[in-house]
Amino acid sequence: MARQAKATELAGKLLEGSELALARLISLIENDSASMSDVLPIIQHSLGRAHCIGFTGPPGAGKSSLVNHVTRLLREKGKRVGIIAVDPSSPFSGGALLGDRIRMQAHSLDPGVFIRSMATRDSYGGLSRATGHVIKLMDAFGMDYVLVETVGVGQVELDVMNTTDTVVVILVPEGGDSVQLMKAGLMEIGDIFVVNKSDRPGAEEIALQLQVILQMNARYAQNTPPILLTQSIDGLGVDKLVDALRDHRKGLNGAVLEARRKERRKKEFEETLAAVLIREWRRLLEADPGIREKLALVLEGSTDPYSVIEEMFPGGIIRQNQE
Amino acid sequence: MNFRIRVLLAKIGMDGHDRGARVVAGALREAGMEVIYTGPWQTVDQVTKAALQEDVDVIGISSLSYDHVLVPGLIENLRRHGADDILVIVGGIIPDDDVRMLEEAGVARVFHPGTKMSEIVEFISRAVSDRRKKAI
Ligand code: B12
Ligand SMILES: Nc1nc2c(ncn2[C@@H]2O[C@H](COP(=O)(O)OP(=O)(O)OP(=O)(O)O)[C@@H](O)[C@H]2O)c(=O)[nH]1
Ligand SMILES: [Mg+2]
Repeated sequence: MARQAKATELAGKLLEGSELALARLISLIENDSASMSDVLPIIQHSLGRAHCIGFTGPPGAGKSSLVNHVTRLLREKGKRVGIIAVDPSSPFSGGALLGDRIRMQAHSLDPGVFIRSMATRDSYGGLSRATGHVIKLMDAFGMDYVLVETVGVGQVELDVMNTTDTVVVILVPEGGDSVQLMKAGLMEIGDIFVVNKSDRPGAEEIALQLQVILQMNARYAQNTPPILLTQSIDGLGVDKLVDALRDHRKGLNGAVLEARRKERRKKEFEETLAAVLIREWRRLLEADPGIREKLALVLEGSTDPYSVIEEMFPGGIIRQNQE
Repeated sequence: MNFRIRVLLAKIGMDGHDRGARVVAGALREAGMEVIYTGPWQTVDQVTKAALQEDVDVIGISSLSYDHVLVPGLIENLRRHGADDILVIVGGIIPDDDVRMLEEAGVARVFHPGTKMSEIVEFISRAVSDRRKKAI
């Protein structure tokens, strides 16, 4: 009850433009995503205005430095920018060292920029579970752009694809040979590709290899995505990236963007459903000793989960109303 | 619920000695906290704004060359922004007289060279959980 009142009050203040409310609401959602059920009805009509851009790529590729320069150029145009910078949680201690902010100091006093560092916590998709919610909060707050930096990714952490409007994949000259490029799931999720650290040898080569690989991919059969060279130490080439971002957003107009967002909402719905199911399940578990005994069989390894679930819920877990 | 203690670790002023701050950052991470590390050469305004946006429970300032004298100004700044519920701690080389001055200004605790990491972790954990209880 207290929680609900707090979430509602903060959501109201968020819409009035309170930065403190935005910051506190992010923590509330991060610690207990169920709070979003109190917030969403209040902010729903303010959503969908921000252009949300994901920046992903291997550790140290220059994601933060690139976000820093993109922000600079967007600010020159007077756009308001929200930044979500995700770094990994330790799977052992649960703690995290969040260091992306160091590269964004140039904007630390700019009232048009809001930077929030987040740890992945219990998620392994390169973002934190709350990232999608935080994007919405920043959108409702009135940001024109929300830039999302993933953790340094390998070949499988691809959540950013279902979370943002435009995905920028950042590679570096020392990123490995073309076979490695072909394996990486990253090659299939980019709307724009950037070879950063192009001051180093091998940048043009990797851009060429990349072009060949992308042309072979069915997803890019219609048109190959732009491949750009940047140096995010001094910002060289970043203006072209900002142009490409704008072009991609334009190309996303109407049907394509809506289809993408529908897909995202579907995923969100299914995640919410799963979370609600688990919550109800835990309540049931607490109330029913019989269920606890059956679960014990799974925990000690003598029965498989499917058989026990089938036994506990013979008609399926979700049953439609018969009336 | 998935609660984690969030700590902003910063150095203000011209002091570049960042070894201690890094050691503390690592230890707090090991203890399960989320540490936002800004690096050295921050201004009081930058630390204030970062603490607000990151919604931290604790600000830790590391000072080895007298920049701790800026900390009372930081606390005043936090108060002005409605964020005086953030716990402020200081570590490094701090003369005894200044320890008293800092505590009077609202610093929760000053840690000297050689402090055991476990002591820092315990202090933060206890202080934050006390504050949470009070807030509810
Ligand atoms: C290593 C060192 C350097 C290295 C720094 C490397 C680096 N990147 O950090 C280098 C060689 C670059 C250096 C340079 C200078 N140094 Co120097 N340096 C030291 C030295 C020998 C050790 C500091 C250290 O790393 N200790 C190890 C760490 C782990 O300990 P710590 O920082 O004290 O941290 C512990 C606690 O204090 C506490 N803690 C610290 N921060 C925090 C924060 C929080 C939130 C918490 C809870 C706890 C906490 O926990 C830590 C673990 O127990 C000290 C002398 C000394 N004995 O302290 C001088 C010393 C700090 N340096 C000094 C000086 C004067 C300088 C220089 C100006 C020039 C010079 N004379 O060499 C330059 C200036 C550099 C700059 N840009 O600011 C003086 C400062 C005098 C003063 N207080 O007025 C000292 C005290 C030496 C002296 N006796 O004269 N220095
Ligand atoms: N030579 C060169 N170095 C660069 C360039 N861009 C970034 N760097 C350096 O690469 C290092 C990593 O940069 P970041 O921006 O922190 O990279 P990141 O991808 O955000 O790193 P993680 O978040 O840790 O995965 C830093 O030391 C940068 O200075 C570039 O264009 N050229
Ligand atoms: Mg980074």
